[in-house]
Amino acid sequence: MISNAVGGLGKYILGAAEETGQFSFLVRSTFGWMTSYRIEWRQTLIQIVRIGVESLPVTAMTAFFTGMVLALQTGASSKHFFNEPLFVGTVVAFSLVMELAPVMTAIVVAGRAGAAIAAELGTMKVTDQIDALYTLGTDPIRYLVIPRFIAFMMVLPLLTVASDFTGIFGGYLVAHAKYQIPATVYWHDIVDQMEIRHFVHGFLKTFVFAAVVSLVSCFKGITTRGGAEGVGKSTTAAVVISMVLILVLDYFATAVLNAFGIT
Amino acid sequence: MIDAEGVIKRFGPRTILRGIDLRVETGETLVIIGGSGCGKSTFLKCVIGLHHPDGGKIVVDGIEVAKLKTEAEIADYRRRFGYLFQEGALFDSMTVWENITFGLRYLTDIPSGKYRGIASDCLALVGLKDVEDFKPSELSGGMKKRVALARAIAAQPSYILYDEPTTGLDPIMTDVIADLILDLQKQLKVTAIMVTHDMKAAYKVASRIAMFHEGKVLQVAHPDIIKISDNPYVRQFVDGKSEGPIKMKLKEFEAETASNAQPDKEGS
Ligand SMILES: Nc1ncnc2c1ncn2[C@@H]1O[C@H](COP(=O)(O)OP(=O)(O)OP(=O)(O)O)[C@@H](O)[C@H]1O
Ligand SMILES: [Mg+2]
Repeated sequence: MISNAVGGLGKYILGAAEETGQFSFLVRSTFGWMTSYRIEWRQTLIQIVRIGVESLPVTAMTAFFTGMVLALQTGASSKHFFNEPLFVGTVVAFSLVMELAPVMTAIVVAGRAGAAIAAELGTMKVTDQIDALYTLGTDPIRYLVIPRFIAFMMVLPLLTVASDFTGIFGGYLVAHAKYQIPATVYWHDIVDQMEIRHFVHGFLKTFVFAAVVSLVSCFKGITTRGGAEGVGKSTTAAVVISMVLILVLDYFATAVLNAFGIT
Repeated sequence: MIDAEGVIKRFGPRTILRGIDLRVETGETLVIIGGSGCGKSTFLKCVIGLHHPDGGKIVVDGIEVAKLKTEAEIADYRRRFGYLFQEGALFDSMTVWENITFGLRYLTDIPSGKYRGIASDCLALVGLKDVEDFKPSELSGGMKKRVALARAIAAQPSYILYDEPTTGLDPIMTDVIADLILDLQKQLKVTAIMVTHDMKAAYKVASRIAMFHEGKVLQVAHPDIIKISDNPYVRQFVDGKSEGPIKMKLKEFEAETASNAQPDKEGS
């Protein structure tokens, strides 16, 4: 019983270690190849369009409602304490631009595009299409991973900026409709307080998230085993791991950025 | 020339290839036969470098596959080969003609303006026409197989590895494909390894036939010798009899898979 459990734990650790090794190999080859090989721009462009188009409606919607609820909560509590809604724009904008827009956008994109990538590459793997790439003179990293990685690095920051704006706009609608805050006040609450570095803080974090989601999803896809069931498992794992890593790395990225004074 | 010496391949605890010694002379078509799951596809994948053998070595034209290091060396090695996957492995996001010409970009210097014409030519060779713009999902099983075959030969490799090229085809088409494989050998001097369960096609195209059994080569010989082989395993296989030395294993195997399948069914 106990030896079984220990054996199971040992196997789990070995498995995890092996997977980490494979993953770091993927990361190294991705960066190695990007600098030494012709990039498949056509594939990259296809991925940019696909990831962007697939994700924009969902990320915009998420940000819109996040901005609305932030305004609602801020207005309510500041009314409770100060008898009038103060600094609604400031709270909405800072929360969105520095934290919520980057994190929520990344999480939504992980669930949308990350899952699609893991499922597509996983299906290719279990039907030998990945091996076929190899026999036809290319390589899954060059043909599949690098285009998706680059696409994510370009699209996620843009989606996040779009989320910043839709969220702030959503916040404004609530601030205006529920608390009768005029547009000029809401706007001044934001621009008087916010500086470029606040925006840069959130913006830089999106590159970390883009790298994590794209590499984890590609990795889970091309290491899929075992038919349709395996594809399902990889897809779920890709999304769950991406989401957890986004939240964990968000903390560390914030800490690092703060250390450099970009806060 | 493909020269395999003592090739061993394991998957986890299972040893699939237990020391394969096989030499394919330049210009010949070697046919591999053997029971399902005995490692024929695995061997082909070792030859092209998709699997790395755990022991032994494979040497092609004096180049040892396992020793390839740089990208350029690997690319140069792959350029020699065409590979027909057992399940076709067509890219389902691309059309038929894009599939067929996919490798040309990486393996040849042919300008892309000529791709479509090449695709049609290759399709004609495998007895298909007017399917260039179809997606693989719109094709029948046999058509997929033939498109995959067209893709394997499109870059005019000097070695072709066919994994069951005629499985799932009607008898006439089987013969057409067998003729095509013969033609490629005779006219383009292609060196080939073909895995098949179809003895008629095997006799037709084979320069020699190798029988695999339990991860080893049981016999390699000219088709005429295989036909009259007195090795009981080979006899049973080429005659397609359920009675014989291989039977016991099959029964055991069935019993094993049946007992394995049971808990699975309950689980799902
Ligand atoms: N990637 C893999 N991981 C684990 N086991 C594998 C893998 N590929 C093949 N095997 C196992 O190796 C054995 C040989 O498989 P292989 O595909 O080479 O058989 P085959 O001789 O081509 O059979 P068939 O005639 O049915 O195609 C099988 O038992 C299979 O379960
Ligand atoms: Mg096979």
